[in-house]
Amino acid sequence: MQIELPVIQEVEPPLISGMSHRKGIRLPVIQDPKTQADEPSVISGVNRRDFLKVCGAAAAFLGLGSIGIPRIAEALVAAAAKRPSVVWLNFASDTGCTEALIKANYPNAAQLILETLSLDYNETIMAAAGAQAEEILHQALDRGGYILIIEGAIPTKKGYGMIARREMIDIGKEFAAKAKAVIAVGSCATWGGVPAGDPNPAGLKGVREALGVNCINLDLCPVNEGILVATIVDFLMTDRVPEMDGFGRPKIFYGQTIHDQCERRAHFDAGRFVERFGTNEEERGYCLYKVGCKGPETYANCSKMRYNDRVSWCIGAGAPCIGCAEHGWVDKFAGFYERLPNVKVPGLEGVETGADTIGIAAGVATAVGIAAHAIGTAMKGRFKSEPREEGEERK
Amino acid sequence: MSRIIIDPITRIEGHLALEVEVEGGKVKDAWASGTLFRGFEIVLKGRDPRDAYHITQRICGVCPTSHAHAAALCLESATGIHAPDTGRLVRNMVEGAQFLHSHILWFYHLAALDFVDVVSAIKAETKDHYLKDVQARLRKSVEGGQLGPFANAYWGHPAYKLPPELNLLAVAHYLEALDKQAQASHISAIFGGRMPMTMTTPAGGSVHIPTVDDMANLKPRLEEIRHWVEHVYIPDVLAIAPYYLDYAKIGVGPRNFLAWGVFDDPSFDTKNRLMPSGTVLDGRLKALEIEPATITEDVTHGWYKDGKPTHPSMGVTEPEFTQWDVEKKYTWAKAPRYGGRPMEVGALARMVVAYAKGHPAARPLIDQTLGALGVGGHPEVLFSVVGRIAARALETKIIADAMVQWSDEILENIRTEKKDTFTPYTLPARAQGVGLWEAPRGALGHWNQIEGTRLANYQVITPTCWNISPRDANGVKGPIEQALIGTPVADAKRPLEILRVAHSFDPCLACTVHVIDPESNAVYKVRIS
Repeated sequence: MQIELPVIQEVEPPLISGMSHRKGIRLPVIQDPKTQADEPSVISGVNRRDFLKVCGAAAAFLGLGSIGIPRIAEALVAAAAKRPSVVWLNFASDTGCTEALIKANYPNAAQLILETLSLDYNETIMAAAGAQAEEILHQALDRGGYILIIEGAIPTKKGYGMIARREMIDIGKEFAAKAKAVIAVGSCATWGGVPAGDPNPAGLKGVREALGVNCINLDLCPVNEGILVATIVDFLMTDRVPEMDGFGRPKIFYGQTIHDQCERRAHFDAGRFVERFGTNEEERGYCLYKVGCKGPETYANCSKMRYNDRVSWCIGAGAPCIGCAEHGWVDKFAGFYERLPNVKVPGLEGVETGADTIGIAAGVATAVGIAAHAIGTAMKGRFKSEPREEGEERK
Repeated sequence: MSRIIIDPITRIEGHLALEVEVEGGKVKDAWASGTLFRGFEIVLKGRDPRDAYHITQRICGVCPTSHAHAAALCLESATGIHAPDTGRLVRNMVEGAQFLHSHILWFYHLAALDFVDVVSAIKAETKDHYLKDVQARLRKSVEGGQLGPFANAYWGHPAYKLPPELNLLAVAHYLEALDKQAQASHISAIFGGRMPMTMTTPAGGSVHIPTVDDMANLKPRLEEIRHWVEHVYIPDVLAIAPYYLDYAKIGVGPRNFLAWGVFDDPSFDTKNRLMPSGTVLDGRLKALEIEPATITEDVTHGWYKDGKPTHPSMGVTEPEFTQWDVEKKYTWAKAPRYGGRPMEVGALARMVVAYAKGHPAARPLIDQTLGALGVGGHPEVLFSVVGRIAARALETKIIADAMVQWSDEILENIRTEKKDTFTPYTLPARAQGVGLWEAPRGALGHWNQIEGTRLANYQVITPTCWNISPRDANGVKGPIEQALIGTPVADAKRPLEILRVAHSFDPCLACTVHVIDPESNAVYKVRIS
């Protein structure tokens, strides 16, 4: 799957290798076993073995197991034959979700954006600029039928966010109207994100609320690259949107709390906690609840997806969860190192009230706090399936 | 005389527009404007000072770790503590990996396409299997009419000078670099939990305690990148630069350089950092120590109520949109000045300061590079587009080498049970702090003020604030504006040369415009005449 490193033959190593090749073209002398192998490419540049590895990883992400592999393979081959057009719009964002996209591994960034999809517009990556970039955008609009990915919140105060002299909100509405599917990636796009924290100076809103589009909401700040890729693969495979919770989050990824899926959960149940950072308790991987972990009230499968080639994730690395998968998290969970209130803690007040109760309580509280904010304008969407009631999936 | 407006400028972070006036085929005047407002400093007011570590990372998703560490240092300065040795090393590793990621991404994915004609690569003649495969994949995209991110650029522009074979090699390395930048971020995540938005290095040090397992996971990734930087990245720069040596005289800028320094050593003195703090003024290669008290922010040409230039810790910001008028006010960026001067920041500033200080790694690398490009003994050619490109590549090597050393030190600390990673502290009732650090794209400063253990004020001056600064009260242009003047423009409809100069600064706009008025109902109609 990966491109092999060229093996460069150096004559005499100077201080910087390669310095001696001053001018002219330094062609690497290489013997690439993969491209010479007789295994046929399925997607160009990917041999069959690696391709199946990609499909297997995607199947695992989607909870399909090995039976899902042929379906995923079929979908990816079909996609590669006529790469689906993706328009990625950046609004009030910090580009962290584009950064997350290019950390993807299965498929990796090169395969995904150059060979599986046709990433027709993304200001961070695209070669064209100015008028030529605008031209591409309008060609995509004329064709319609693209997957629209929106990164960043939508400023609702006039003048606070413009591209090519146009209001971001107007651009968003225009492009959402002709999209085959709309995916809001990251907290900013789903509900406003950190800059929408009190007092929300730029009047930022999420895609559902600002544009009135019933998009797929991929919360987290930034979006988990595995979740993003699996959502796209799922859409290519099924041509429909996944089952979503009341916040528009695919249930498959956001159906359970961090706490319920946490590798440190056993320590919570046994009443073993990290009391201070940098101590022996941390070395033993004890529960981070007392140093501020918001896992009991945060719905996402970070512990399973993990991040960055799956090397780690927040709690895995010893950091208390800050709750970034929840709508309104930056205010809801402010005081990231303060203990969550109203959590019955084993070892302190007995184990009879477990974290399952915590999960339910959190779901209801979240629903009450957010209902007016998130749902009001989201009902008449472009997808057939109606959004569920707030918190329903948690009952 | 004609005006060119490029909006949006792509292959940067954020939303930037440039306006230039062209006369006789050259840029005569230039104006830089940012067009998005989020208001982080206002969001930060009244919050728990510890939360700034997480919140300020969202100022920039490309360099979140730098904001994280500036915020951590800022609070540490307010509480009077330092991270323990292993905590310091973990921080350096998380930050260092971000620099590797950012510089690789910048060169190959953001800047190189200004010099590499992707479509021309199809015409390359090669017998090399690897390159033939890349070429076949590229041809398939072009012939299938689905160029994706390569669509509709200035391909075939006369200012592209590379032969097809070198274009093809660069395209192959563009694809490899996608993998390398991700690999570098994975190193940040091994210690930091995830990248972007690392989690583990707030004020106090590191909440992650490094393990032997971490090191086993990290070492091969680091070695792979280090090898690639030496054997692919730097050689690519040296292979491409000779075709564009005219750009060693284009994009000069103010020739004032500022670095706060980055990567602490055990002394926690900015002078002793791996990339040390310092300034170089008026193009004279004599390093001076930093004087942060001399910073002022001027709002003459920004959409703010006029007032005297003030130090950021005293900064009062009252936005007031009037109209887009390059003679009066034309941007939301303020004009930071250092002792009254506009300052260029970034990898070039760090390398020039290091060079002027006789840095043991930077000095020989720069001298050898100048020699390799046939301009030995003329370090002033660094003040240019080529200089910025070379500085980033060479700094990447310095950092990759240092990371190998830091990882050895961490391993040694693990072996000798020097595991302390976090200094406990209590939040002060009343204090002020400052965190001076570097993002990959330049000097980054955070200033806080704590009252009643909450944030009473928070101010950030980001690297791009310095670089895309507008004119000040004296009419002195900002660094990018100055650098653009004299840039040749062969085809006003396809201003490729302007992109080269603008990209050389690696602008990051999300960072730049940071304060707005939450109460204002003003209509901000942005217009260019």
